[in-house]
Amino acid sequence: MTSITTSADRDSGMPLYGGADARFLRRRALWNRVASYLLFLAAAASVLVTVGIVYVLIRDSLPFFAKVSLLEFLTDTQWTPVFENARFGVMTLVSATLTVAGIALAVAIPAGLGLAIYLSEYARPTVREAVKPLLELLEGVPTVVYGFFALLFVTPLLQTFIPGLSGFNLLAPGLVMGIMILPYTASVSEDAMRAVPMGLREAGYALGYSRFRVAAKVVIPAALSGITAAFILGMSRAVGETMVVAIAAGQNPNFGFNPLEGASTITAYIVQMAMGDLPHDSIAYHSVFAAGLALFVITLSFNLVGFFLRRRFREVY
Amino acid sequence: MATTDITHDSLARIIAANRRTDVVMASIGILVLMVAGTLLGAVFIDLLASGWERLVNPDFYTNFPSRRPAQAGIISAVVGTSLVMLVTAVIAVPLGVAAGLYLEEYAAKNWLTDLIEINVSNLAGVPSIIYGLLALGLFVYGFGTGETILTAGLTLALLILPVIIVATREAVRSIPQDLREAAYGLGADKWQTVRLYVLPAARPGILTGVIVGLARAIGEAAPVITIGALTFIAFLPPAPLQIESPFINFDWLTSPFTVMPIQMFNWVSRPQAEFHINAAATGVVLMVMTLAMNALAIYIRLRLRRLQR
Repeated sequence: MTSITTSADRDSGMPLYGGADARFLRRRALWNRVASYLLFLAAAASVLVTVGIVYVLIRDSLPFFAKVSLLEFLTDTQWTPVFENARFGVMTLVSATLTVAGIALAVAIPAGLGLAIYLSEYARPTVREAVKPLLELLEGVPTVVYGFFALLFVTPLLQTFIPGLSGFNLLAPGLVMGIMILPYTASVSEDAMRAVPMGLREAGYALGYSRFRVAAKVVIPAALSGITAAFILGMSRAVGETMVVAIAAGQNPNFGFNPLEGASTITAYIVQMAMGDLPHDSIAYHSVFAAGLALFVITLSFNLVGFFLRRRFREVY
Repeated sequence: MATTDITHDSLARIIAANRRTDVVMASIGILVLMVAGTLLGAVFIDLLASGWERLVNPDFYTNFPSRRPAQAGIISAVVGTSLVMLVTAVIAVPLGVAAGLYLEEYAAKNWLTDLIEINVSNLAGVPSIIYGLLALGLFVYGFGTGETILTAGLTLALLILPVIIVATREAVRSIPQDLREAAYGLGADKWQTVRLYVLPAARPGILTGVIVGLARAIGEAAPVITIGALTFIAFLPPAPLQIESPFINFDWLTSPFTVMPIQMFNWVSRPQAEFHINAAATGVVLMVMTLAMNALAIYIRLRLRRLQR
């Protein structure tokens, strides 16, 4: 007779089950083990995605950096990859990227903070419950639609106020992107504010603070790391956003921070090159990966800072 | 010692000032909300008004793209999007749910778990176009899967993986410990508890995440452009189901394709205003689809919350 023992009755040395029961239990234990391994593999696969990204970006930009020095890449102010005399100064693309992201944040920080304070400190729970879905819907709009809106609605509208605005410019996509990241920054900073314990607010009220003073002097300082994280993560999204700038910001790599002119951002450059037929082993092909690597490094550093700031405010309370 | 006289009048003034500040703050919040809501409406109405003449024309839904804007349609983009989403869902859902279950139910508290968690949260923040570069370097040229539906589906699956993992974790975390203990009390082992009790209870929450993730994948253009999706597809991929044995065929996986956001991007990038009408009409279809999916997800979550109360 076959018999198995479980860890509990191994001590007593008494076999509990036999025959069909034992076969069932052994098969069950096997499934239990196999399932836990499979689930672990799935979780580990997510790490492989990151490894794959880093591997591909480095492998495919190495041939680029063999021809262009890192110094030239970081200091040149021209980006002319398909010209006879090609020059590769990534700061050209970075300057446009930062300009658009800066405009987006100039919209998203005050609006997002105002909305978060309202939702967390002023709004009734029923209002808050109704508003969150609206924000999610705003987040769900495809970015290509926002791009269409920036190019064919916002730009013509702005041109009636600003006569010198070119058809492709950084201002319109920046403003639209600000609206795009607003739901995200507002909901992350609201989470941070709501995580502040009631007791702190009550202490403020007990001292005779008004609601506004409680928000400004108690809640915001207490939630500051979380709020900062919201805007750093928002910045990261704006830097990595692609379709809005690919449609509305134009494709000329210009170094500078003028929002009224069009300029190519890192992401817009990648799209532009991918639309054409790139010879697989050309320097233009590898320059796409070098630009991608620069983008990845920028967003990764923002994301990591944001991650640890968020984790810190979670730990404090 | 300096003293402040607190009189009835000065108190009343302070209270009135505080009330005014409250009204101002609440107005700021409501104003931002109204602007955001108005913009969502403006985007939709702008698209609807610009694309109306194509939207009401049935040919738009059954025609292939064309050089003549008045005859161009979105049939190949709609079919492409559906097939790509099929691949994405088949890959991302099991992988994401399994990873979420592992992190919530199995993972020990150690550096490896920390690493996986930081990794998932970082992946959620990686720009979508980087996934496109990963796919271009690894799938298209490395594994030789080419510029096909399979590559696109795989790429978008990786992109929405963090969304599904996070949704699964939240859904699983919200299930009361009692349920697990009851299962163990009946003699279930860990895997039985997870499979028969935890997973079914977490299903609505997971479903919400899956729908939100797929809605995001439908609207994504950047990674699919990077892997080299074409914009002028005047044919349909082979049908997945056929009348002759073996009834299912997988040739469609290796077919070239286009998807709706790319079709829209292509039309909006053309200088001729006639093509912008097509772009707007495609945008309406795209927005209706993604908003409907997001609304469905919100509805499921609200119903779930009411049930749990």
